[in-house]
Amino acid sequence: MSTNPPGPPLWLLLELTYRCPLHCVFCYNPVEMARAEQELSTEEWVRVLREARALGAVQLGLSGGEPLTRDDLEEIVAQAHALGYYTNLITSGIGLNERRIAALKRAGLDHIQLSFQDSTREMNDFLSSTRTFELKSKVAALIKQHGYPMVLNVVLHRMNIDHVEQILEMAEAFGAEYVELANTQFYGWAWLNRERLMPSRAQVERAEAVTQRFRERVGERMRIFFVVPDYFERRPKACMNGLGSVFLTVAPDGTAMPCHAARILPGLDLPNVRDASIEWIWRDSPGFNRFRGDEWMKEPCRSCPERHRDFGGCRCQAYLLTGDAANADPVCDLSPHHHLVTEAVARADARDRQAPVEERPLIFRDHRRAAAPPAAAET
Amino acid sequence: MSVVPDAARPTVARGFRLQWEPAQQAHVLLYPEGMVKLNDSAGQILSRCDGRRTVTEIVADLEHTYRTSGLADDVRTFIAFALEKQWLELDREAQLDPLCDTARNPP
Repeated sequence: MSTNPPGPPLWLLLELTYRCPLHCVFCYNPVEMARAEQELSTEEWVRVLREARALGAVQLGLSGGEPLTRDDLEEIVAQAHALGYYTNLITSGIGLNERRIAALKRAGLDHIQLSFQDSTREMNDFLSSTRTFELKSKVAALIKQHGYPMVLNVVLHRMNIDHVEQILEMAEAFGAEYVELANTQFYGWAWLNRERLMPSRAQVERAEAVTQRFRERVGERMRIFFVVPDYFERRPKACMNGLGSVFLTVAPDGTAMPCHAARILPGLDLPNVRDASIEWIWRDSPGFNRFRGDEWMKEPCRSCPERHRDFGGCRCQAYLLTGDAANADPVCDLSPHHHLVTEAVARADARDRQAPVEERPLIFRDHRRAAAPPAAAET
Repeated sequence: MSVVPDAARPTVARGFRLQWEPAQQAHVLLYPEGMVKLNDSAGQILSRCDGRRTVTEIVADLEHTYRTSGLADDVRTFIAFALEKQWLELDREAQLDPLCDTARNPP
């Protein structure tokens, strides 16, 4: 439990719905999402917006699922804009047409981030399990026409990371101003599919080199962020800047979480906005205080001089890999479990050499397939 | 760092928004999925970059507000920094201003 009152929840992420026309194999949404069908109403979302804003929330992410499946999205944006939020729509673009983008613009939407699975239609359609590539190309054009910066997010993984050059060329053709090449993080559906999605070290290095050459060619015109997959690092990411420090996520059913994957953490008592005020949730709820400060840490984090820099890494990753969310994130090479990460990378490297590795089928995200929650400590 | 013409009228760049945040007791600059918390002087300068005032007018306004003088260099340096960061942009006319001035007022 932290003794100091927390700062404001500067970043509010509303996962308006888990409904989505896509079925991506790398989605971080909970695999047991079929349980979470009771979505908040417009009025409930607006109350969340108002209360969080009063605490100092200022950046708003509207996500999902596909937020455009909510037909009150425009109204939610208008309310958020009036309250003084900077509003970011995080979308696959499915459902974004001329009428809706004009209405969102009028409502005060500040920013649109469009996700792409790949630059080739075949790969894009395969990985998202639907035929959406041409539609997304049209959406990219719409976004530019309406005066928004064109921001593309492409999730990278073993099956598309070798296409980074084509992906960047596509982004350039769309007039993208920002491109985020985000390597898959292994939660939710991506965790289930980890063995198939994990790139080899050689693939990552090639992709980084290609990205660097591309940057040198296009210069300031297009800013490219390459998010290295953390399994290849020796120190963990400062996940969420520490749980309960700046991020507040609200799931479709009203569950409030200090991180969008936190639902998987066993024993973490997550409050619901239907039962409590945002102020109580943020300041006082046990779920948000559980991993504040450093009292909860175990060795090697507890005495580590870097503990206030990376906060021990990601609680969800610690849980998924070691079975205990209070352990150090095994990405850290000081963790006694670091071998779990290096072994996963070694298996990915072995696949490059066609070594015999047990094949696992890809599991496409699917509402009808309400899978069991991911087992912890699976390697 | 380039020199900003005194007649330029800097304005907060497209996609960015500047606002006062009571919870942080600071001006913040908001942009896609990010935020810069500004110190007091940066906030005071940027909040005067409204696309109407020239750099000269911004300096004069700040010197008047704070009853001081000699701020010009600091203000110009910060505006050049903010332009480089792409927090600010200059309107098209102002960018051409040195040339236009020469054309309008030949020496």
